[in-house]
Amino acid sequence: MLELRNVTAGYGAFTALWDVTLAVERGEAVAVVGPNGAGKTTLLRVISGVIAPRGGDFVFEDAPLGGRPAHEIVAHGIAHVPEGRRLFPALTVTENLKMGAFLRSARKDFRDSLERVYALFPVLAERHRQRAGSLSGGEQQMLAVGRALMSRPRLILFDEPSMGLAPVMVLRLFDLIRRVREEGYTILIVEQNVRQVLKLVDRAYLLEVGRVKMHGRAAELSEQDFVRKAYVGL
Amino acid sequence: MIDPIFLLEAAVNGIMLGGVLALLALGLNLIFGVLDVVWIAYVDLVMVSMYAVYFTVMVYGWPLWLGGLAGVALGVVLGLLVHVLIITPILDSPPVNQLLATGGLLFFIQSFATFLWTTDHRSVRIALPPLEIAGIFVSYARLISFVLSIAVMIGLYLFLTRTYIGTAMRAVSQDRGAMALMGANPQRVYLVTSAVGGAMAGVAAVLLSIQYSVHPYFGAAFGPITFMICVLGGLGNMVGAFVASFIMSEIIAIGGVVWSTEMGYVIAFALFIVMMFVRPGGIFARRQ
Amino acid sequence: MSATPGRIAFATVVAFLGIAPFLPMAGMKQYMLHVVIQIFIWTFIGQAWSLMGRFGLVSLGHGAFLGIGAYATTLLWNFYGLTPWIGSLVAVALAVVMAFLVAYPCSRFGIIGHYFALTTLAVGEVVRLLIIAERDWTGGSLGVTLKAAGDASFIALQYADKQVWYYVGLVLWLAGLWVWARLDRSMARAAMEAIGEDETAAASVGIRVTRFKLWLTVLSAALTALGGVAYAQYITYVNPETLSGIGVSLRIVFAVVLGGMYSLLGPTVGTALTIALSEWLRIVFGVKFIGMAETIYGLLLVIFIIFLPAGIYGSLADLVRRRRRPAAAPATA
Repeated sequence: MLELRNVTAGYGAFTALWDVTLAVERGEAVAVVGPNGAGKTTLLRVISGVIAPRGGDFVFEDAPLGGRPAHEIVAHGIAHVPEGRRLFPALTVTENLKMGAFLRSARKDFRDSLERVYALFPVLAERHRQRAGSLSGGEQQMLAVGRALMSRPRLILFDEPSMGLAPVMVLRLFDLIRRVREEGYTILIVEQNVRQVLKLVDRAYLLEVGRVKMHGRAAELSEQDFVRKAYVGL
Repeated sequence: MIDPIFLLEAAVNGIMLGGVLALLALGLNLIFGVLDVVWIAYVDLVMVSMYAVYFTVMVYGWPLWLGGLAGVALGVVLGLLVHVLIITPILDSPPVNQLLATGGLLFFIQSFATFLWTTDHRSVRIALPPLEIAGIFVSYARLISFVLSIAVMIGLYLFLTRTYIGTAMRAVSQDRGAMALMGANPQRVYLVTSAVGGAMAGVAAVLLSIQYSVHPYFGAAFGPITFMICVLGGLGNMVGAFVASFIMSEIIAIGGVVWSTEMGYVIAFALFIVMMFVRPGGIFARRQ
Repeated sequence: MSATPGRIAFATVVAFLGIAPFLPMAGMKQYMLHVVIQIFIWTFIGQAWSLMGRFGLVSLGHGAFLGIGAYATTLLWNFYGLTPWIGSLVAVALAVVMAFLVAYPCSRFGIIGHYFALTTLAVGEVVRLLIIAERDWTGGSLGVTLKAAGDASFIALQYADKQVWYYVGLVLWLAGLWVWARLDRSMARAAMEAIGEDETAAASVGIRVTRFKLWLTVLSAALTALGGVAYAQYITYVNPETLSGIGVSLRIVFAVVLGGMYSLLGPTVGTALTIALSEWLRIVFGVKFIGMAETIYGLLLVIFIIFLPAGIYGSLADLVRRRRRPAAAPATA
C-alpha cells in the first residue's frame, strides 16, 4: 500500500535520512521507532509532504507522491494525527471534525463519518458544541484522532502521539489507537515509547542516525537483546 | 450647552457610521487573521470601488443597484490582484516590508487616482428625503447603508461558520500549518480570504458612496480609523472589531457635534492609545 | 587591505568629506543645492528613525515628532518671537515627553510588531489632526509661514542663502552618522539586536529590554524633532500634510528600508535615491500630469520592496561580501 524505496532526505547541507526502505501493507499496523534525532520526524515529513525527498521513491497505492504538497497527499487517502495534536482551539468539536472532512471527497459523507466518530468516542458527541481548547487532554487526543478519521483515509499517520503525555494518559492513548486499528484502518505510527508501541503494532522499523537499523515483526523485535537493552528498558 | 436633541441625533448618526466602519474593520481583520498581513492600502481599494460606483451610476447612467454590484465585483478583483501581485511574493518577508509594500500601493493608488480623476470631490447623488423620527432627522441613505451593512455582516458570519472554506479560514487563523494536513490548499484559502476581504471593501464602497463624495484622499481619511478599530478590537478578533467600530464611531459623531470633526478623531485616537495601555491585546483579549 | 562593506562605506564618507565643504563654491546651481540640502535633512531624520527600526521598533508615526519639532519652533517664533535656538529645545523636550508617553507603556506591556506599528501610526494621526483642529494657531491644513526676520538673521535662524543651509545640513548628516555609528559600536549592539529578534532570549540574558527600548525611542524622537526644526527653518513654511501624518511617516520609513536600515550608509543612499527620484519625476512630468510622478514613485517602491528586500545598499553590500567570499573561503559551499 505504502512503499518507500531508498528514500534520502534532509535540510540544506544536512542529510537526516539515508536510503530508507519501508513498506506498509493494507490492514497492517506498522511502527517506526528510534531515539531522538534518528530521522523519525524527517521520515514523516517526507510522507506528509512537508519536505520533498532528495532521492528514492515514495509510492502510495501505485501513485508516486514524492515531493507532492501536503494537501495533495491527504487527498490521496493519507490522514494525520500531528504531533502536539494541532487542534483548532477556538473552533468547536464539530467544527474541528468538519475541518477533518475538508476534502471534497469526504464532504458528502460528512454526516455518516461524524456518526462513526461519535460512536467510537461518545464523549466527543457530548461535547460537540464545546471549543476544542476547553477539552481535557484525553478528549483532545480523541478529537485529533477523530478529525483524522473524518477524511475517510486508507492510511493514518500518528506522529509521536505520546509526546508530552503523563504515563497514565499514554496507556489510554494506546488503547485509543488500538480501537482505531480494530476498525480496520491501516496505521503507520512514529513513536519514542518503544515498549508500548511494540505491543500494538504488527511490524516495526528501528531507525538510527538516519538509517533503518533493523526491522521485523513486533514480537520478535521486542525479544531482541539489543532492543530490550537500548529502548525497552528491561 | 448643546441641545440634547443634537447629541441624540449625533448618537444615532454614530451608530449608522459604525455599521459601515465595522464592514471595513471586519474585512481588514479577516485578512490580517488569516494571512498575518496588514493591508495599509485597504481603504484606498475602497476608494477605487467608490469611483466605479460613481462612474457607472453618474456618468454611464446605470441603475444604482447595478453600479453597486459593479463596485463589489471590482472590490473582489482588486483584493485578488493585491494578493497575487503584492502579498504572495512577500508572504515570508519581515512585517516591516509587508507594511511598506502595501504602503507603497497606497501612494500608487492615491496618486494614480489624482492623475486620472483629479482631486475633485464627486458624489453619487440620490434624492432621498431625510426621515424624521421623534424630532430627530436621520438621513435615508445612512439608514439604508446601516441596514445593508448589518445584513452583509450577518452574511459574513454565516459564511465563516457554516461553509467549509469559511470555517477553514477561521482554522487557518488559529493554526497556519495544520489546515494543509486536512487537505486544504493554503494558497487557495489565502486567495478566497483576499477575495472576501475585497468584497467587503466593495460593499463598504457602495454604502459609503451614497453618503460621502469620493476623492483620491478618501483612503487617508478613513484608513487610520479603520486600523485603530482593528487594533482596539484585537487584530484578527471579529467580535472585538465589531464592537470597537461602534465605540469609535460614537466618539467621532458626538465629538464632532460638541467640538469639531477633527477633535472627534483626536479624542478617538487618544482613547485608542490609552486603551492600548490598558488592554494591549484589544478590548476583548482574554487574560493569560 | 580587504574591501569589506564597512570599510568601503567609511572610505566613501571620508572621500565625500574631503570635497563636501567646497562643493557649493564650485558654482552649484541653486536647485542642485536645494536638492542636496533636502537629502541631508531627510537623511538625518531617516537615521533617527533607523535607530529604532533596526531593533525591531517599526514606527509608522515619526511624522508626529517631525510635526512637533517644526510647529513648536515656528509658532513660538511667530507668536512670541522666541528664537528657534531656544524654541528647538522646547520642541525637543515636547517630542521627548511625547515619545516617553508612548514608549513607556509600549515597552512595559510588550506592544510589539504590528501593534506597535499601528499604535505609532495613531500617534502620528493625533498630531496631524490636532494641528488641523487648532487652526486659529496653526493655520489648519493651509499651514503657516514663518515670520520673516529680515535677511540673514542668526537669532531667527533664517538664511535666504542656500549655502548656509548646505553646511547646516552637512553637519546634521554627519551628526546622524556619528550617532548611528556610536550606537552600532556600543557594547550593547549584539544584545539589542537580540531584542529585535527575540524578546525572551534577550530578556533572559539579563538585558533590560524596557530601558533600551525607551532610551532608543526617546533618542530617535528627539533627533527627529530636531530634523523637523531644521526643515521648517529652511523651508520657512510648515503644513500638516508634509510634516506629520501617515504620508510623511511612510516616506521616512521607505527611504530607510529602501537604502537598508542595517548599514551605516543605508539611510543616506535610500533618502538620496527617493528624493532624487521624486525630484526627477517632478521635472519629467511637471504640471502636465498631476499625480503621475507620485504614481511611478509608489509603483517603484512596491517593486523595490518585493525584489530588493534587504534594501539597495544592503543588497549591494551583500553582493560585495558574496563576491569576496569564494576567494576568502572557497571550501564552504
